[in-house]
Amino acid sequence: MSWTRKILRVNLSKGSCTPEPLNMEWAMEYLGQRGLASKYLSEEVDPTCDALGPDNKLIMATGPLTGTSASTAGRYSVICKSPLTGAIAASNSGGFFGPEMKFAGWDMIIFEGKSEKPVYLLIQDDQVELRSAEDIWGKSAWETDDILHATHQDPQMRIAIIGRTAEAGCLYAGIINDRHRAAGRSGVGTVMASKNLKAVAIRGTGGIGNLEDADKFFEAVDAGKKVLADGAVTGQGLPTYGTQVLMNVINGVGGLPAHNMRDVGFDGAGDISAEAMAEPRKSDGKPNLVTGAGCFACTIACGRISTIDKTHFSVKDKPQYHGASGGLEYEAAWALGADTGVSDLDALTYVNFLCNEDGFDPISFGATVAAAMEMFQDGDLTTKDTGGIELKFGSAEALVAITELLVTGEGFAKDLGMGSKRLCDKYKRPELSMTVKSQEFPAYDPRGIQGMGLGYATSNRGACHLRGYTVASEVLGIPVKTEMNDAEGKPELVKAFQDATALVDSAGLCIFTTFAWGMDDIAPQIDAACEGDWSVEGCLEVGERIWNMERIFNQAAGFTADDDKLPKRMLKEAIKSGPTKGQVSRLGEMLPKYYEIRGWNPKGEVTAETRERLSL
Amino acid sequence: MQHIIIGAGPAGVIAAETLRKCDPAASVTIIGDEPEPPYSRMAIPYYLSDNIDEAGSYLRDPSTHYSKYSIELVQERVEKVDSKAKQVTLSDSSTRNYDKLLLATGSRAISPPIPGLDLPQVHSCWTLVDARHIIELAKPGANVVLIGAGFIGCIILEALVKRKIKLTVVETGNRMVPRMLNDKAGGLLKQWCIDKGIDVHTSCSVESVKAADNGEVQVSLSDGSKLPAALVITATGVKPNIEMLEGTDIKLDLGVLVNHSMQTSNSDVYAAGDVAQGIDFSTGNFEVQAIQPTAADHGRIAALNMAGNITEHHGTLNMNILDTLGLVSCSFGLWMGVDGGEQAELYNPGEFQYINLQFDGDCLVGASTIGKTQHIGVLRGLIESRINLGHWKERLLKDPTCIMEAYIASTQELGYS
Amino acid sequence: MQKSLHIDPGKCTGCLQCEMACSYDNTGTFNPSRSYIKVFTFHDEGRFAPYTCTQCDEAWCMHACPVDAISVDLATGAKIISDDKCVGCKVCTIACPFGTVNYSQATGKVVKCDLCGGDPECAKACPTGAITYIDADWTGYDRMMASAAKSLPSAEATH
Ligand SMILES: Cc1cc2nc3c(=O)[nH]c(=O)nc-3n(C[C@H](O)[C@H](O)[C@H](O)COP(=O)(O)OP(=O)(O)OC[C@H]3O[C@@H](n4cnc5c(N)ncnc54)[C@H](O)[C@@H]3O)c2cc1C
Ligand code: SF4
Ligand code: SF4
Ligand code: SF4
Repeated sequence: MSWTRKILRVNLSKGSCTPEPLNMEWAMEYLGQRGLASKYLSEEVDPTCDALGPDNKLIMATGPLTGTSASTAGRYSVICKSPLTGAIAASNSGGFFGPEMKFAGWDMIIFEGKSEKPVYLLIQDDQVELRSAEDIWGKSAWETDDILHATHQDPQMRIAIIGRTAEAGCLYAGIINDRHRAAGRSGVGTVMASKNLKAVAIRGTGGIGNLEDADKFFEAVDAGKKVLADGAVTGQGLPTYGTQVLMNVINGVGGLPAHNMRDVGFDGAGDISAEAMAEPRKSDGKPNLVTGAGCFACTIACGRISTIDKTHFSVKDKPQYHGASGGLEYEAAWALGADTGVSDLDALTYVNFLCNEDGFDPISFGATVAAAMEMFQDGDLTTKDTGGIELKFGSAEALVAITELLVTGEGFAKDLGMGSKRLCDKYKRPELSMTVKSQEFPAYDPRGIQGMGLGYATSNRGACHLRGYTVASEVLGIPVKTEMNDAEGKPELVKAFQDATALVDSAGLCIFTTFAWGMDDIAPQIDAACEGDWSVEGCLEVGERIWNMERIFNQAAGFTADDDKLPKRMLKEAIKSGPTKGQVSRLGEMLPKYYEIRGWNPKGEVTAETRERLSL
Repeated sequence: MQHIIIGAGPAGVIAAETLRKCDPAASVTIIGDEPEPPYSRMAIPYYLSDNIDEAGSYLRDPSTHYSKYSIELVQERVEKVDSKAKQVTLSDSSTRNYDKLLLATGSRAISPPIPGLDLPQVHSCWTLVDARHIIELAKPGANVVLIGAGFIGCIILEALVKRKIKLTVVETGNRMVPRMLNDKAGGLLKQWCIDKGIDVHTSCSVESVKAADNGEVQVSLSDGSKLPAALVITATGVKPNIEMLEGTDIKLDLGVLVNHSMQTSNSDVYAAGDVAQGIDFSTGNFEVQAIQPTAADHGRIAALNMAGNITEHHGTLNMNILDTLGLVSCSFGLWMGVDGGEQAELYNPGEFQYINLQFDGDCLVGASTIGKTQHIGVLRGLIESRINLGHWKERLLKDPTCIMEAYIASTQELGYS
Repeated sequence: MQKSLHIDPGKCTGCLQCEMACSYDNTGTFNPSRSYIKVFTFHDEGRFAPYTCTQCDEAWCMHACPVDAISVDLATGAKIISDDKCVGCKVCTIACPFGTVNYSQATGKVVKCDLCGGDPECAKACPTGAITYIDADWTGYDRMMASAAKSLPSAEATH
């Protein structure tokens, strides 16, 4: 039993904090974190509610392994209805915040209602209190982090914070913890802001010691660590290069979209790649990359800590950005870089710092800027709209300026903050929005990598790579190589990845472990830590149950098969050059089969039999 | 070689052990006047709170330690030192000759001139004998008045409360531990005590103690209150034990003056611990610090020099740590700051948290904290190593909690600048 | 030859596996707040520095203890706390200039690294080799420790 078995319910309207026991029956069916919190959300929130209204709830949840020594067991998730998509949101973050929540004795925190005035939640073990946040409202996440650490005179306190973009209503604002870890996608930070909740500050000193079978646990955990150390990606690629190891790889195979996905293949990829980050700069002889960094318990350490050239135009007169901070991850480098055509590594690093400092999703932001750039190019947007910014593809100056503008929440920032779907609708070019369910695509072209296209279309939180990372198989050959352009077999592949991911996201582990771990590595760790049956089969069933539960939430929110679709560009505009030249997404071939193997009817609805099979 | 050590407190015992280590052939004698085996005064509060028994206060296991290291223990009072004849006279009139003499006689509690402090219900809290008296009178529910909220007063306060008595504290200063904490910190400590149900009177003095009919006493305060008490404890200051030096050539001031090697003005006589007026690290002046770590350092350095290992030290740092009913406070060095120096401060009265750092130029010279227990020793490291903090000073000014980071970054090669 | 913990901050990723291993060994819980080894984060520098007692020769903590509760483990050279004797006075915590002996609210005693009796858990748990337990030769860490200690009083200048 590695749950603390305790959840905290915070009613922000009433200002009350109430402990309650974790529903262990549900824990047996949904494990924890993403799955279990989504169950709570499904039970407690009307899927049709206004995502930014008081009826939505925001759940911060850990998994049963969170806070243990299992590799990567430092994750927590934020679950709510998304204001960006209107679908269920589950954003996952590493760092050290989740484990601290467990050490303080809590599996989960459920925020409900809306506070009249800005507040933050202070948790010191079982002492819990809402405090006024009036003097930190309006401050960046980084400033808030400094202020709260100083106020509580505790450098070890772990804090999850929203930045100014969330306060300004940007629909893809996330929640930042440990300065550069983020529950980034789907606007979970915007929901937090809508509740007038600025931060959650936690200090836990109780620890976790209730392993079901300690000997077995250490055995399974040690075996797991060894598999990660021996894996090519987890033992070498990611530790050495971070996720940015993918930039040249994906570009090389013809899967890297560019210029709002108009093109595939980016000439500047090498300049913004992991290899470039390690290269000494001309100006000061230092590389962009300072070190790799791990999240709690992580033996992979894909995280990057970077610096910006102090003489670079973006930070020349801004000494506050001269120190090291969270560097580029692949998705951010793609969205901020390739998708906007910008190949200036320092500019991207700076913009990435701002994403962390003020808590907004670099994928959605970068992709929204890319869409705006295409409209600017086509004349749908002019400098009159953009506040004077020459929003040209490839312009680092424009990217920096527009990012600084976004943080202010003023003028064009309001348009940009709506995300690409609403932006393109407003300026009458809906076809230029590269989104599914209003959420922006990440860094893999669905035309080049077929499985990812199906994955984006069916992802329960809108376009996303982290619901089923078939790139592992389609590009890297993990666990087996499938052909990128094959449509056949992809529905099965996508389903398998989606279900396994749902389980991993519910355990407290990081999805990157699956570059080396299969369910037979993962299940024994859960099984040794937790009471109940966590065999491989049991785990996979839980994963599938979670996926279907999320789908049912979305159905109730009004989503139909009509929302499982890709933009026309993916289906009609063939890739113009490179190894994947001529390809389009063959979603139409894959989707019916996918519905079928999911046990859904042709309209994409979860059937009664499936519900029964999965006890839903 | 005959080494004689007067005083069987920590300074004396550590000196004897060091002498034995450096000079295996020498004969080492400790002459102490207390009836118990060598013990530590610092342990008295824990004895008072029943945390340990008397034996728990012993500096070493008396049944084996001293014989194992051939340290002779003599239980007698030294009445007189004759530094010319290199001889000491004991209370039984016997004499002993020495080659090197260490004065480790510590200090004793003194009472202010208040009428009635000679009553049997009034005790200081300095020795095990005192402690036994206190235990006798501090029955659960008894009214106890503690005169003096200085360091010693505060350190026994928790032990007294644990005896379930009703405590009143009277302090002439405007706050608690005025010589260890500033207004803000001392004020926090006072508030903490009040919140814990202790009656605290600051800026207030005791005018008299009078016997009452019921075998108790009545304590009259300058603010007009009259308090009944079964026990009155005085913790109003101490005075070095130097009477036996009268008529010698050994230079005295507040205590026995010693140089960097703990040597007195007589080259065969050394002094250590509470009795010694040695060099203060922070000021470079000669001061009596009266704290345990200083007694330990003094004892060791004096012994090294007595054994012929010429050793100088740069002075001892004045530092204290205090746990008052769960609230830990501490202070180091020039906690009150220096002229022209900068300070960093975080004051969070709601949480009873405080940290104050004092700088002289780029060096940390003093600090005080409330509510901190982790890594506080590094404040000593930062001060005593006189690390030039460079840009870490700016960081500490912004966030004084990052003391450990400042120390590590200033002493380790982190491989990145 | 006696061994000592050798720490190479350049290799550390800040994963806290060492803190978990230490706290699990000492308390039976994964509980970094009760680990005897502590990893400090230098955010602006992009560095992590694991830090614990160096079992220094001066043993400031041991000499300052009023009740003889700290002694040297002859097998490992570790300065170890005897819980039976420790009264929790905390004097050692201000005497250690490295800040590596600390009061534990949970036990009312002080705690510090005891080298796990000669088989340190942190070194075993570290995935990057940032902590190793090796022959106590003149390692960089020792040099650092010596230089830091040198300027302390009574870490005496001998003529
Ligand atoms: C209740 C209490 C709590 C304390 N708590 C702390 C604390 O938390 N931290 C801290 O740093 N310090 C504390 N101290 C102070 C600390 O105990 C002293 O600084 C320390 O004991 C000094 O050691 P010493 O060896 O110099 O003197 P002492 O311990 O006083 O020993 C001197 C010995 O010499 C004997 N002696 C004196 N004259 C003669 C003579 N003529 N002939 C023979 N023997 C003689 C005395 O009787 C005594 O036994 C506390 C003191 C008390 C009383
Ligand atoms: S705790 Fe400090 S003083 Fe004690 S041995 Fe370790 S480093 Fe030395
Ligand atoms: S806290 Fe314990 S080990 Fe430390 S000095 Fe006091 S009695 Fe000794
Ligand atoms: S286990 Fe190793 S890499 Fe991880 S924090 Fe500790 S020293 Fe650093």
